[in-house]
Amino acid sequence: MPERNLLFNCPYHHKIHCMKILVVDDERDIQTLFEQRFRKEIRDKALEFAFAFSGEDALSYLNRHEHEAVLILSDINMPGMSGLELLGHIKQKYLKPPPVVMMITAYGDADNFNMAKELGADDFLTKPVDFTLLKEKLKNIQ
Amino acid sequence: MFLEFVLALIIIRYLRTQLRKDGILPAWDRLLTIGIIIAVAFLIFGIVGRGHTGRLAALLTDGLLGYIIYFVFTKKEFIKFKSATYAVMPYIGVSVIKNITALISNDFYEEWSRPFETAELFAVIWLIATWILSRKQRKALELERLKALEKEKQYQLSEAMKASLEVQVAERTAALTQQKEELEHALGDLKATQAQLIQSEKMASLGELTAGIAHEIQNPLNFINNFSEVNTELITELKDAMAKGDMEEAKAIADDITANEQKINHHGKRADAIVKGMLQHSRSSGGQKEPTDINALADEYLRLAYHGLRAKDKMFNATMKTDFDESIGMVQVIPQDMGRVILNLITNAFYAVSEKKKPLTSDGKLNPLFKDYVPTVSVSTKKTANKILISVKDNGSGIPPHVLDKIFQPFFTTKPTGQGTGLGLSMSYDIVTKGHGGELKVETKENAGTEFIIQLPLSP
Repeated sequence: MPERNLLFNCPYHHKIHCMKILVVDDERDIQTLFEQRFRKEIRDKALEFAFAFSGEDALSYLNRHEHEAVLILSDINMPGMSGLELLGHIKQKYLKPPPVVMMITAYGDADNFNMAKELGADDFLTKPVDFTLLKEKLKNIQ
Repeated sequence: MFLEFVLALIIIRYLRTQLRKDGILPAWDRLLTIGIIIAVAFLIFGIVGRGHTGRLAALLTDGLLGYIIYFVFTKKEFIKFKSATYAVMPYIGVSVIKNITALISNDFYEEWSRPFETAELFAVIWLIATWILSRKQRKALELERLKALEKEKQYQLSEAMKASLEVQVAERTAALTQQKEELEHALGDLKATQAQLIQSEKMASLGELTAGIAHEIQNPLNFINNFSEVNTELITELKDAMAKGDMEEAKAIADDITANEQKINHHGKRADAIVKGMLQHSRSSGGQKEPTDINALADEYLRLAYHGLRAKDKMFNATMKTDFDESIGMVQVIPQDMGRVILNLITNAFYAVSEKKKPLTSDGKLNPLFKDYVPTVSVSTKKTANKILISVKDNGSGIPPHVLDKIFQPFFTTKPTGQGTGLGLSMSYDIVTKGHGGELKVETKENAGTEFIIQLPLSP
């Protein structure tokens, strides 16, 4: 995605503090896990993470920090506003330009996969999250 | 003069009539006919032959009469006429003496005719009187006999009736016994079916749980795997830091490893609790009351019910609110039973809100609530002076008044056929009231929602 690189001008391998990722999941320990899994990247300031524990949380975060998050990683299965609703909000009427949204779907859940694709999800991860694969994908986004 | 003949004819005729009445005439008819012929013959002799011939005929007729009396006394068929003979006997005696006297000396007879006539008159009076008396007597006797006969008939009738009644009673008893056996059999079948249904209700709720359980177990397992992988990496880094002599960094890494270990342990226990809960749920009832963390139980089943429903209906979503009174502490309940009740109430609540959130109403029109309605299920606990309250509240469509008094009845369900056994609430009611001495109350308002409240007495 060349436009994105121009706009934000901060390739991943340059280790410049720039790429903000918003992780949305109702499991609170996901924060610790991400912080541990990406400890090197966080320490090197290549990536910065923010966490929201519900769809509503995520929307209010995005309101407060418009255009900051480049990538949103969202679970689908959450109480209250689901990941799909959040995706709809972001892609259809919320942010311009919309950030990249990567949905995390449960294994073999074709219905949610298709629905998320229709709503404009940019990419998918299946649970359990393969962090090696996720790191690859993050590099490609850069 | 001719009285003997008339008397003989009358007597024979009388006998004939009586015998005919008794139905035994044919056997004696011949003999009696001969008697009549003889009597008529004597009468003719008596009329034709005057004087001595007439007297002889009369005497012979007396003989005939005597023979008849002898006959009556000796034949048992005639014994009942015995009393009648006493009427004729004096006359016959007088007649015999009169006729013999006249035969021997007619003059003497003529001379002494007066006493003879007087005697004859008395004999005739006696005859008539006795006759009338005995006739009366016989009539009375006959009446008695008829009465006895009637009684006998009635007795026989009642005997027959009794016999037929006894047969009927036997038949009815047999039919009743058979019915009783059939009913007992049917009752046995029903009991077996009921047991099966209760089991299938448990299995159905287990089925509802399975997806939720899979989801619930998957998450802690992911964490366990991830944190243990992270720890492997951290240990490598720890070794590097130690090799470099950077003790500060080594200490930081070691702290992280410890924290991660705690996470691994936490999620391991979480998965363990879920599996235990599932086992408890499938286990048959009869469990013991034990100190239970009601808040944790309610929270666990809320999550399980939510994910179970999500697994079935991907589009479904609901806001879950919890308000747990932390002062409750441990409560004495049968955990698997109380869990089943809470699960059932929560599943019902989710069902109610999901029905209200459907894009189309039941009659196929667009649901006006679809956009703005936020399905919400709240679970709360509260401790009062002497009670524990567990409330499961939804903002669904409420329970219509006409079904409200039926909801705790077994097999009552508003769900489409095949989707609910109708045993959930009735089992819940039994568990709360009989199993725990509590109460299960419902408050509902149409189009606003329903709240089920479990009230448990605080054990002393």
